[in-house]
Amino acid sequence: MTLPTSGLITVNDRGARAATTFGSVAAAGGNMVFIKKLTASSSGNLSFVDGASSVVLDSTYKEYVFTFKDIHPASASKFSFNGSIDSGSNYNVTKTSTIFVAAHNEGDGDAALTYRTADDLAQGTGFQNLLSYGNNGTDNDQCLAGSLHLFNPSSTTFVKHFIARTNSYDNSDNYSIDSYVAGYFNTTSAIDAMQFKMSSGNIDAGDICLYGIL
Amino acid sequence: MALVKYNDRSLRNLTTAPAAVTGNSPGALVHIKTLTASSSATLTFLHGSSDVVFNSTYPIYKLVYTSMHPSQQSIFSFQTTTDGTNYNTSVTSTSFGAYQNEGGSDTDLGYEAGQDQANGTAFQGLMSFGSNIADNDAAFSGELTIFNPSSTTFVKHWMSDLNFYGGSNYSQRSQHAGYFNTTSAITGIQFKMINSGNIDSGTIKLYGIKDS
Repeated sequence: MTLPTSGLITVNDRGARAATTFGSVAAAGGNMVFIKKLTASSSGNLSFVDGASSVVLDSTYKEYVFTFKDIHPASASKFSFNGSIDSGSNYNVTKTSTIFVAAHNEGDGDAALTYRTADDLAQGTGFQNLLSYGNNGTDNDQCLAGSLHLFNPSSTTFVKHFIARTNSYDNSDNYSIDSYVAGYFNTTSAIDAMQFKMSSGNIDAGDICLYGIL
Repeated sequence: MALVKYNDRSLRNLTTAPAAVTGNSPGALVHIKTLTASSSATLTFLHGSSDVVFNSTYPIYKLVYTSMHPSQQSIFSFQTTTDGTNYNTSVTSTSFGAYQNEGGSDTDLGYEAGQDQANGTAFQGLMSFGSNIADNDAAFSGELTIFNPSSTTFVKHWMSDLNFYGGSNYSQRSQHAGYFNTTSAITGIQFKMINSGNIDSGTIKLYGIKDS
């Protein structure tokens, strides 16, 4: 039998269903799977709880990525996060973390690369700040962007590591602040929810998207 | 209409299929465009040109540079445009890097004030404490992420992370970040060697990250 090598072909659903292989066809977009987007609108917090509102945050993926787009606060403050081991009833998991920043202001009067002890945690249960050396500004054009990677949150054997990087626009002296945050949730219970909020006041606007990495 | 029968062998030759075939949750990282350098003075991604998408279609764009080789020792750099013509958007940025030479005798981590900008409009260098050499095996690779370039409300944040082969045989990791200080939409992004010379070879791939 001679098979066609070019031109249009038509295959109906029944025919395709019977096939066992599809050559080089792959899931478009590779291994990063969109799960959920939350959009802030004068929000006290934004929470991703496994099993609620179509959120998946369990053993389905070994790595999860949260992206932050145009996070704009109601008052000058720090964007932050915490985890939960009880489906969002409490966001107070013990964490040990590091944070360092590169910062530079528009006036060119200050530039720094520095570790920030004020915003790290040593077995702390409070929210982990995702920027340091300043605050998210509230001017109309000021916002924060970045991402946070959370590894294997469903493990009941190991601690759960996280790595984040954000860039923010500080409200005083107009700094660009490149913040690097990493650490681990020091628990062998599964992390099944994550919450984001400002250290004070609401998140006026912005999106947080959750992705799973296959 | 009569059905045409295809066996496994013919289906094996397929290269594309609709989402219903590839899965209910297709990937979120979408390849848009690859540019391959060939003694190129610049490499430019401009929305609406040569199949480039760089607008509100995606909230986040990622650019990945692989095995970029300059024609002469120089610093890789980029800028953006809001009018499709001029690549000179005001930017405030930070720059730091870590390095070690092949001899193991020199290491450091530090901020590089010579390569940050304070509302400057020049091309933004992406190599701290040095520049990529032009030896045959010397190249650099890394990635740049830019957030919501089409916004007409907020500044546009970006972050870069790359490693390059510096002069006198150094491995040099460079971290840069900042914001384009404009509320106009950014519609294009251009890369070039900042000092002089061309990009002899290498690829830059543009991806969009979906949010739905």
